[in-house]
Amino acid sequence: MPEPVQLTTFGVTEIEAQQALDRVKVRDVEYADLYFESRTSESVSMEEGIVKRAAKSVSQGVGVRATAGEKTGFAYSDELTKRDLEVAADTARYIANSPKGHSTVPVPTQRRPTRDLYPIERAKAEVATPERVALLNEIDAEARRYDPRIKNVMASFNTEYKVVVVATSDGTLVSDIQPLSRLQITCIAEDRENRQVGSFGGGGRVAFAYYREDNRHLSYAREAAREAILNLSAVDAPAGVMPVVLAGGWPGILLHEAIGHGLEADFNRKKTSAFSSLIGKRVASDVCTIVDDGTLPFRRGSLNMDDEGTPTGCTTLIEKGILRGYITDKLNARLMGIPLTGNGRRENYQSVVLPRMTNTFMLAGESDPQDIIRSVKKGLYAVSFGGGQVDITNGKFVFSASEAYLIEDGQITKPVKGATLIGNGPEILTKVSMVGHDLKLDNGIGTCGKDGQSVPVGVGLPTIKVDEITVGGTQR
Amino acid sequence: MTNDLREETVMLKKTTMPTNANGYAQLAADVLAQAKACGATEADIVVADGETFSVQVRVGAVDRLTKAREKRLGLRVFIGKRSATTSTSDFSKASLDRLVADTCTLAGAVVEDDVSGLPDAGQMATEQPDLDLYDDTVLDTDTQIDWAKRGEAAAFATDPRVTNSEGAEFDSSSGRVVLANSHGFVGSYRSSNFSLSVSPIATESATGGMQRDAWYQVQRKFARLASAESIGQEAARRAIRRLGARKVATKRVPVVFDQETAGSLLANLCSAVSGYGLYKRASFLLDQLGQTIASDLITVYDDGRMVGGLGSRPFDGEGLTTRKNTIVERGVLKSYLLDTYSGKKLGLPSTGNASRSVGESPSVGPTNFYLVPGEKSQQEIIGSVKEGLFVTELIGFGINMVTGDYSRGACGFWIENGELAYPVEEITIAGNLKQMLKDIEVIGTDLVFRGRIASPTVKISEMMVAGN
Repeated sequence: MPEPVQLTTFGVTEIEAQQALDRVKVRDVEYADLYFESRTSESVSMEEGIVKRAAKSVSQGVGVRATAGEKTGFAYSDELTKRDLEVAADTARYIANSPKGHSTVPVPTQRRPTRDLYPIERAKAEVATPERVALLNEIDAEARRYDPRIKNVMASFNTEYKVVVVATSDGTLVSDIQPLSRLQITCIAEDRENRQVGSFGGGGRVAFAYYREDNRHLSYAREAAREAILNLSAVDAPAGVMPVVLAGGWPGILLHEAIGHGLEADFNRKKTSAFSSLIGKRVASDVCTIVDDGTLPFRRGSLNMDDEGTPTGCTTLIEKGILRGYITDKLNARLMGIPLTGNGRRENYQSVVLPRMTNTFMLAGESDPQDIIRSVKKGLYAVSFGGGQVDITNGKFVFSASEAYLIEDGQITKPVKGATLIGNGPEILTKVSMVGHDLKLDNGIGTCGKDGQSVPVGVGLPTIKVDEITVGGTQR
Repeated sequence: MTNDLREETVMLKKTTMPTNANGYAQLAADVLAQAKACGATEADIVVADGETFSVQVRVGAVDRLTKAREKRLGLRVFIGKRSATTSTSDFSKASLDRLVADTCTLAGAVVEDDVSGLPDAGQMATEQPDLDLYDDTVLDTDTQIDWAKRGEAAAFATDPRVTNSEGAEFDSSSGRVVLANSHGFVGSYRSSNFSLSVSPIATESATGGMQRDAWYQVQRKFARLASAESIGQEAARRAIRRLGARKVATKRVPVVFDQETAGSLLANLCSAVSGYGLYKRASFLLDQLGQTIASDLITVYDDGRMVGGLGSRPFDGEGLTTRKNTIVERGVLKSYLLDTYSGKKLGLPSTGNASRSVGESPSVGPTNFYLVPGEKSQQEIIGSVKEGLFVTELIGFGINMVTGDYSRGACGFWIENGELAYPVEEITIAGNLKQMLKDIEVIGTDLVFRGRIASPTVKISEMMVAGN
């Protein structure tokens, strides 16, 4: 178990925290919390064969929140004196109908997180800069060695070390230490006038040694170089409705966009989601079972506890095609009278809590991935994607392929240029006719944006066949 | 370089925080002196602080109220040709001492980069005009709640089909930036922003199908905001007109981009002419300076000195004078957007476009980047299309800046015989930006600055629309 972090780390006593909670939790306020955060981020980046940039940033502060009915009052401060806490508390309680008076909240009892999904010593997560520099130098050499047509390699290695203490009006005082890192590589390939790009990356809540295990960093470099070289021979993508086979792993971004956001409780409480009235209804074919699981060790999307101090869990979103549940934070679980799933997340102390995904993936099915490809007469095989986006209200979502191939008569043939795929969330999974036995989680590169807040997430998918989806290429 | 938790506790001991520009200038001078003592040959520092207030109302009631003050300090040091950047929100002496030491250690760990360094001392801005970016109006909480409530209420009142809402948000913020460097440059300015956005949801009673849309405005001055009601009504009009949207057949047709979506094309152009993408060979406009890159109707300026502009600033992120640059003139690429570093990489002087996040080394950003308006109204442009697409929203990230390949999700309206016939959705539009810029055949008169990048309506002669 991670050692509990004391509030004194932030220069605040437990008494002061409790006084601030007393102050904010006036009569109409149903719930209040204080979120103390300290974050150290470091990055080194290389381009043109030299590691030119190194940066480090340190921030700390407290977010104070009160909720009353559907209302949230929120204030934050990067100063942590008793007076700053009081001012923040007074602002947060402004939303209460009678923002005066005083209450007494239970004395918070320090609780340890019940598990440690990322037991990494700080020194092993944040290694000295020269070690990071050496890693990037080896990556540059490996990518250029892959093919002389690789003309530039841009690589960056970022770490974040976040210490969080949450004190709540329901008497909880709980802490977590959340390391996170990511290695990202982009290669530019040139062949006369033809210039193309390829990217690859990965990471998680892992120690630095992870990147050197079995020369993982070099395999990332080769992958980025391979994608760039492959794209030199890519042909224009087709346009129109066709069957698409999605490879396992990162293409799970389909689930994140098509259904994940639509199942976040806030949109459903407000009835602004295309999924608002679909609990218990069929939203996918019966080969689809989809979960959101924040408890996978070392994963980018995993957390010992969410940002309200609730232990994360594994929530079944869709079971054999039937919509089972939403992902919730405290506010929405309370207002909707549904289970608390431990998905209350925030980007930092300056942001409010929202229900957010952790690691979202489809469970493995029974098909052989080769059979899935063989079943397609004419279609697309998409292996890697850039970003995606969704309109929650009408359910329309997009995600853009960065590595894809034509399937012709059951065979993978030519690589095609990137194209955007567009579909309708509540419908698309009803068109999934085959699910492979090869579930793969992504490498740890996802960052999800909602309401201006970015949080790290994971996705996963076995090879699947979608019978029809619109492919946004340029060729008939 | 690694820190343990105990050291961070020490950092939290507070000293009095200076709160005015002079105080920050002194703080900056102290930190610069200390960096020099630590071995820095050159350094610059950014100090920013601000206050923000935000209220969201939803269905007539306050949903969320946020209020905060924040401050941040960023330091960049050079030790010869090596450099590093750091930032902190803790201005205590202990914290800043450590920041300086950390920055110098970091700089020592990276590789020499021949072109790195501050701009030459002689290039620093010598005058700092007042560009009218700051409004000292202080609004009380209830006034701001009222603005958001009135905006949303107007959307509901516009049409009974507006049945729900993602809310309305009123934001006000003000802040100060101080930039100082080891050449002795000290610059500072204040700025403010007031904004209102309204996001209604319309429902079609027959099918229960929902559509959302939004409308917003941002101004430096509170008094320049249009009425909350006008924003709410426009938001409602936009949501309602999307009801009953359908897919269309896959087809190659002319595409008209409204001001918002044309602005996104201009943002793509802006990225493509940014120095960093160019010297990394990651832009589709590589080696095109002086070449025709767009239709001869296209003239684009980037003007950092527009009075009251949302992207205006008296000096850039390195302390160089901002100005009006001609980026594209009648289709010919005249200038990139450059800071000192990317300029040196390309053998060109800075264009005064260094943009600076507090904790990062400079990059390149637009100031007020806009397409010069043409002569046709939006209605005339739509009227000129026999069959085509009028795009009002684009989603997704399907743009490859290296190749210009473009494929994005779209919604809008199908044009038949010069009229908007019906709303469309779940389609994509695709092409290549290199060709799209050349295929712009009409430009509207309707240029309005609603952000740092602005465009009138434009018509592209043909793109692939993928649907059924």
